[in-house]
Amino acid sequence: MKHLLATEGLDAATATQVLDTADGLKRTLLGREVRKLPTLRGRTVITVFYENSTRTRVSFELAGKWMSADVVNVSAGGSSVGKGESLRDTALTLSAAGADCVIIRHPASGAAHRLADWLEGTSTSVINAGDGMHEHPTQALLDAATLRERLGSLDGRRVAIVGDVLHSRVARSNVHLLTALGVEVVIVAPPTLLPAGIDAWPVTVSHELDAELPSVDAVMMLRVQAERMHGGFFPSAREYSISYGLSEGRAALLPDHAVVLHPGPMLRGMEIASSVADAPSAAITEQVRNGVHVRMAVLYHLLAGEEARE
Amino acid sequence: MTKPVMVRGARLYGEGDPVDVLIADGVISRIAAEIEPPAGVELIAAEGQVLLPGFVDLHTHLREPGREDTETVATGSAAAALGGYTAVFAMANTDPVADNAVIVEHVRRAGEAVGLVDVHPVGAVTVGLAGEKLAELGTMAESAAGVRMFSDDGHCVHDPLIMRRALEYSRALGAVIAQHAEEPRLTVGAQAHEGEQAARLGLSGWPASAEESIVARDCILAGHAGSRLHICHVSTEGTVDVLRWAKARGTQVSAEVTPHHLLLTDERLRTYDPVNKVNPPLRTSADATKVAEALAEGVIDCVATDHAPHAVQDKDCEWSAARPGMLGLQTALSIVVSTMVRTGLLGWRDVARVMSERPAEIGRLADQGRPLAEGEPANLALVDPERSWTVRGAELASIAGNTPYEGMELPGVVTATLLRGRITAHSGRISQPGGGD
Repeated sequence: MKHLLATEGLDAATATQVLDTADGLKRTLLGREVRKLPTLRGRTVITVFYENSTRTRVSFELAGKWMSADVVNVSAGGSSVGKGESLRDTALTLSAAGADCVIIRHPASGAAHRLADWLEGTSTSVINAGDGMHEHPTQALLDAATLRERLGSLDGRRVAIVGDVLHSRVARSNVHLLTALGVEVVIVAPPTLLPAGIDAWPVTVSHELDAELPSVDAVMMLRVQAERMHGGFFPSAREYSISYGLSEGRAALLPDHAVVLHPGPMLRGMEIASSVADAPSAAITEQVRNGVHVRMAVLYHLLAGEEARE
Repeated sequence: MTKPVMVRGARLYGEGDPVDVLIADGVISRIAAEIEPPAGVELIAAEGQVLLPGFVDLHTHLREPGREDTETVATGSAAAALGGYTAVFAMANTDPVADNAVIVEHVRRAGEAVGLVDVHPVGAVTVGLAGEKLAELGTMAESAAGVRMFSDDGHCVHDPLIMRRALEYSRALGAVIAQHAEEPRLTVGAQAHEGEQAARLGLSGWPASAEESIVARDCILAGHAGSRLHICHVSTEGTVDVLRWAKARGTQVSAEVTPHHLLLTDERLRTYDPVNKVNPPLRTSADATKVAEALAEGVIDCVATDHAPHAVQDKDCEWSAARPGMLGLQTALSIVVSTMVRTGLLGWRDVARVMSERPAEIGRLADQGRPLAEGEPANLALVDPERSWTVRGAELASIAGNTPYEGMELPGVVTATLLRGRITAHSGRISQPGGGD
């Protein structure tokens, strides 16, 4: 594996290997006062974020640093990127400057793919940290890690993904990864927030959250972005919340063992009731914690693992 | 005076035995089984190749004025001649916009100065392509450019009242309104055909209904006004159904399909390479099949290239930042051969119809798309149907190189083009006017 651009096409064996590595790293670091492994000493990791992000960027930065990589953060506003440099020139510049890995977040779907194309022939790896509405593969991996940890296994489980699937890279990455790992996925959303070609996805689609909740092992709530609320995709935030929000009453429909996930940032009260987000069934802070380990595992597999040298 | 030319051993419309065609003073002077070449004649050895009337492209972007870094009237004319074209309609979305007599006359004169193909400027329907106020259609029609086709191509004339007025007003000018059918409210931020591929790739959808609803509306408006309407780059199955309905009820509507919508589908978007980005977007294989059948049937009248050169930096970028459009003039015939002739949907006489005769009628060009007969203007394209070639963007005559067909082997080679009896292209080379042999 040279790049991680998408979970689509990632086979169960490879994905499981990454999850196992993440798990191993997590156990290794557990309780340690000095969280530093020498694995990526001398390697350079550059994050380039064209969109604001707190958790993903911090998570990648920590992942690199905990493995002793030199991590450089480029923010699109504070560099030549902000002066209108093309994405291609930025990619070539970072590679020439010595990046072993470029981690990119970009509002355009496919931006990470393009980067990988432009860097073909160099040794620089590319990690997609979210491209437009396309994919966010490390988010799906950390979700899978969290679910596996909570539920013990993934194969044969049933997971509901709820909300703005149309615009969600998290949903796309999760659909591919979870189904590859044997999970049955049910998508719950109003028709206006479903993509036109969803019939081809290996999922079932529902518009009735209440009907799905009793039979799922986990529910993944998606973020509703502010611009969607005024984009006419649904009449009002209130109506959305009534139909698709995870209220306390609705959460009570879940089986006792069921896990509640949210990629964050959360809109408390609208997407998810505060009490539900803070309840023991919610694994939201674990998602963040696992995020660092999963990203360490990805960096390891791309830059230091056996397959990285092939 | 141009030198007389003799095409030796060509099969007219690919039919019958090879004949010799003698061309003098801009017209076909004689067609016979064997003609003794007169002294000083320029000979083109056709060796059984297919002779067709020169092609007419209703939809070309020559980019002059404004984007001469991507194409000029000269380079676009060369591409046209090499592609077998003897007339092209140059779209109005230049910078400045061709919404007035000065610009259309400039483009017309630039075309005449180059002399490789008849360049007919298309005038904008509305001032600055803004869709708000009619441009001076009458002045452009009366100008030396003699504009007979108006289009805001690149933009849809979306306001139904403006469209109605444009249709009505153009009736007095004998002109046609060519509509880029795209309901803008349904295509805000649209990046790809709304369907399975776009859903997977996370690209905002450009729904078929955004095209079909405008085509339906405009067919109704044109029928009401008794005016002529032309639909640019038909891309969906549903548009074909609407056109069939409108034509059956007598509406004066014509339509074109591009080579890329015949050959390519949205499957190609998987790489995110914007060389495949075009507007309207590449559709599904069901759509491609349907538009090809509609072209064979005549529901779609003709092939038009939508030749759209773009600079490298506008294509070698992320998908959403890229400009839509692809080169088309030099690959059009080959793609028609590949998708329509080799599949048995069209014969060569039909190729003459869809590439030359119908577009000439729609664009009201009296001297183009004429029969291959003695006394007719010698606007001709000679095609070797047996040979194939491999497309290399860098080798095409356009300044830009944005072709989705890079590296593709395509059947059918245009071996010679004649404009009013003068060879403009031969064996893949341009013959400059006044440049001797």
